[in-house]
Order: sequence, then structure tokens, then C-alpha cells
Amino acid sequence: MSEGNPAMVANSHPPLVVQVEATSLCYRMPQERFSGMKEFAIRWLQRRVQYIDLWALRDVNAALERSEILGIIGRNGAGKSTLLKLVAGVLQPTEGRVRVSGTIAPLLGLGAGFHPELTGRENVYLYGALLGYKRCEMDDYFESIVEFAELSEFIDSPLRTYSGGMSLRLGFAVATCRYADVLLVDEVLAVGDVQFQAKCMRRMNSFRDDGASILFVSHDLGSVENICDRVIWLDEGRVVEDGSVNHVISSYVEFLSDRNNDQTGGGIPVNEAAA
Amino acid sequence: MKLFPASVSGYDSANRPAPFVEEFLSLLQYRELIVQLISRSVKTRYKRSLLGVAWTMINPLLTMGVLTFVFSNIFGFSAESYALYVLSGLLLWNFFAQSTTAAMGDLIWSGGLIGRVNFPKSVFPVAAVGTGLFNLLLALVPYFIIALILGAKISITILYLPIPILIATIFTLGVAMALSSVVVFFADVLPMYDIVLTTWLYLTPIIYPIDLVPEPIQAVLRFNPLLPIIEAFRAPLYEGRPPDLSTLAYAFAVALVVLVLGWWMFTRKSREYATYV
Repeated sequence: MSEGNPAMVANSHPPLVVQVEATSLCYRMPQERFSGMKEFAIRWLQRRVQYIDLWALRDVNAALERSEILGIIGRNGAGKSTLLKLVAGVLQPTEGRVRVSGTIAPLLGLGAGFHPELTGRENVYLYGALLGYKRCEMDDYFESIVEFAELSEFIDSPLRTYSGGMSLRLGFAVATCRYADVLLVDEVLAVGDVQFQAKCMRRMNSFRDDGASILFVSHDLGSVENICDRVIWLDEGRVVEDGSVNHVISSYVEFLSDRNNDQTGGGIPVNEAAA
Repeated sequence: MKLFPASVSGYDSANRPAPFVEEFLSLLQYRELIVQLISRSVKTRYKRSLLGVAWTMINPLLTMGVLTFVFSNIFGFSAESYALYVLSGLLLWNFFAQSTTAAMGDLIWSGGLIGRVNFPKSVFPVAAVGTGLFNLLLALVPYFIIALILGAKISITILYLPIPILIATIFTLGVAMALSSVVVFFADVLPMYDIVLTTWLYLTPIIYPIDLVPEPIQAVLRFNPLLPIIEAFRAPLYEGRPPDLSTLAYAFAVALVVLVLGWWMFTRKSREYATYV
């Protein structure tokens, strides 16, 4: 065994598909709310605008292997969604580097691009275009999208007549109409019913069997425990722990109950309230 | 130590092209999104109204009717020629005013989208101008009908129209992008721009002929960058003559400078829009 052979090393470990290196993200906000541009202009000229630097993430290192499901947990405002947005390429890191190899399917706030006055069919094409698909690709996927979403009867009705669950189904079906190397999942399944959740999980698992990796953000520790191979715990923008599912979740639960005892003197939240 | 594959297609935050270039490349990739956004605006604008897209044609006609009534009765203009004069100017003005306003609105009301999916932000101004262009072409139809009714001759010079329309598109896109890049940080720009537009309309010879203005003031009005574009648009449509080459060249140069400036302003901070909108 020659350990110096890079090919051998690559074989013994699955390759990385996402790498986040020493990454920080800073939201820069004016300290006061200016009532208007005139006031802002005057203050700016006087050099009296003060900014608050809000560091949503600080020096975060994280990596995702091929075929791995990585859970991200932490309290509200810990930086979980920010991390997903960095990987999605929506936000540009202030410091550090984010790399993704292959294609990304962002399942963040599904159906954000839907327009209530357009029909389901029109919205499928609009959302597909938003995700970067060509029209001919969407023509090919259309049938299977409608079938997966179980909406063939309603596909030509305006979206405003859909229930929340129906929009979610359509959004998920479009976002996952094609295999992607990296799935970004942010609390998306919280709205759907149990049956559809199971269907979504089957689809994500079949992607995974084909080699896809998943970044899974959730407040539901139970599902993180069931699904994930590894967990990262974020707090105040920093990685607190990165390791095996059971280990990280139990330290997180311990941390939460300690805080709870300090503040209110009782109660162990096993599941945080879903956001 | 696991290795990140060296040469795979994907995303690398440390290795992106310059924003000025990247925006253009990804805009090309997202052509289909531009088409979808234009079709969305056209379809939803009048979705629940009875007359639908016909409003795009009726609206300038009503304005023309009112203005013609007022100006022919009060100022004694000849109603026939004034009607077409004002309509020809209004069509181009509406294209400019509506596209630039819509571009800003589309960008700032799209907040949820920009923060969730990675796509080039310039699709908003481009699609807004595309929608405006569609409306302009549609609104030319009633112009020709009115011209026929009034017995005005429609000259073969209308074949020149694509040139001034192209110049107007370049100029409008430039202004739309410049304004969009500011409105992200200061939402006040939107209501302020309303006032600017009203003032600008009166400073442009659209509802009055420029000859009516005293000579020294005319010289000042000449600084209006929209003026040469409107003149180049009116010449083949209303006056039945090819546009002056000098007017075209000047209008084109101004439009190009405005577009490059607008593009630069827009792309300079476009990666930060997701944090502000």
C-alpha cells in the first residue's frame, strides 16, 4: 500500500462535494434606521453613519462527502440558513471560500417563485426557469412533475386556489425533477402531510443512492437523528460540534436544558418548536 | 485529509468571474427565465380584468383623447395632427416610464426569491424592459388605426422604426439598471422617481412641440437625453421621413454610455442584493 498515491487516498474516502473553508459572513447594517435618503446623505457626508457588523457566521469549516447526509442544528439565528445560502451561491462569503462540485438543487422556501394568478402549469415552467432549466428540459419533466405532485386535476387552475400543501408538493416536485449532486433542504417538509413527507424522503434517498449528498437543516431533532449520517451544531455563527449524530445531538440537548434551567428552572425541550 | 476534486464543474466562491462579466454570462444562461418573467407580467397584469391586454392599447388612446381635446380647444392646435403628434411621443414615453418603474418594483418585491435561489438579478430589469417593449409594439397597432381614421398617410419610412426603438431599449435598460442598483439600498427612490418622471415628462417635448418654446429655453431642453430618441422615433412614424443620421448617432452614443454606466452600477453590488432586499 503506497499511502502517497493520491488515487488510493481518493478511493479510500468518498470525494468531497461541498467544502466550506474558514468562512465568515457579515451583514453590514446602518446602526440607526434612517427615515429617508436625504437624512442618510447628510449623515454620510458628515461621516456620521455608523454600521453594525452582524457576523452571521464566523470562521466556519464544514465539508460534505459524496452520498452523505449532513444535518445542521442550532438555535434560531445560529446561522443554519445562512450556511445553506452560502452553499447555494445566494450569498457571497465575506471571508473564506465555499466550493461545490456538481449541480445543486435548492429546496429553500419551496415555491417562493410561484405567482398566485398563474396556473399550476405556468408556475411549473416559471419555477423551472428560475432554477436554470431550459424549456425543452421542462417539457420532458412536466408529466413526471405533475404525477409526483398528484395534481393532474388541478394543474390548469390558478395557484391561488391551491392549499399550502398543494403548492409545497408542486414546489418539491419541480425542485427535484432532475437528479442533483447536492440537495439543500431547509425545513421544507414541515408543512406537508406525513404521507407526502415519506414520498419526499423516498425521492431524496433514491438520489442519494445515485450518489447525491444532502445538507439538512431542521429544528426537528427526531428527523435529524433518523436521516443524517453526521451532524454539525452551530451556535452564534460558530461550529460548536461536528461529529456523529448521537454525540452531537445529545450535547445540544444538554446545552438547551442547561440554558433552560438557568433561565426558567425547568423543562427539557427534546424538540424545539418547529419554526 | 480528504481532497476536494480539483477540476469539476460547479461553484467556487473564490473563483468567480468579475461581476461585470459574470452577470452577462449567467444572463445568457437564464434566457428562459427572462421569457418566463415577461410572459408572467403580460399574463398577470390584466388577468382578472374584462378587457385584458386591450388596456395596453386603450390607455394611451384615452390620454391622447384628453390632451387633444384640451390643447385643440384652449391652444387652438389642429386636432388631427396634434392627436398623432402627442400619441407618437406618448408611446415612447410610456415605454420608458413603465419599464424603469417596473424594473425597480420587480427587484425589491422579489425579496424572497433572491434570498433563496441563485440566479442573475439582472433578469428583473431586462424582463421589465422586455415587457415594456412588448407593450410598445402592441400600442403601435391603435396608432396606425387612428392614423388611418384621421386620413394621415403612413409612410414607408416606418421601416426605420426598429432603429430608434433599439436605441430607446438600450437607454431604458441602462436607466432601469442604474435605478435598480440604488433602490435596493434606498426604497425611497421609488416614490421620488414618480415625481422625477412627472417633471421629466413636462421637460420633454411630448405634449407640446419644441418650436413653441423660446429659443434660449430650447437650448436647455436639448440636454434632455430622451429628446434625440423621441425625435428619431417620431421622424419615421409621424413626420414620414427617415431620422437624421446625426440625431441617431448622438442618441445611440448617449444610450450606450447610459447602459454601460447602469450595468456597472448594477453589477458592482449585485452579489449583495440578497442581504438587503
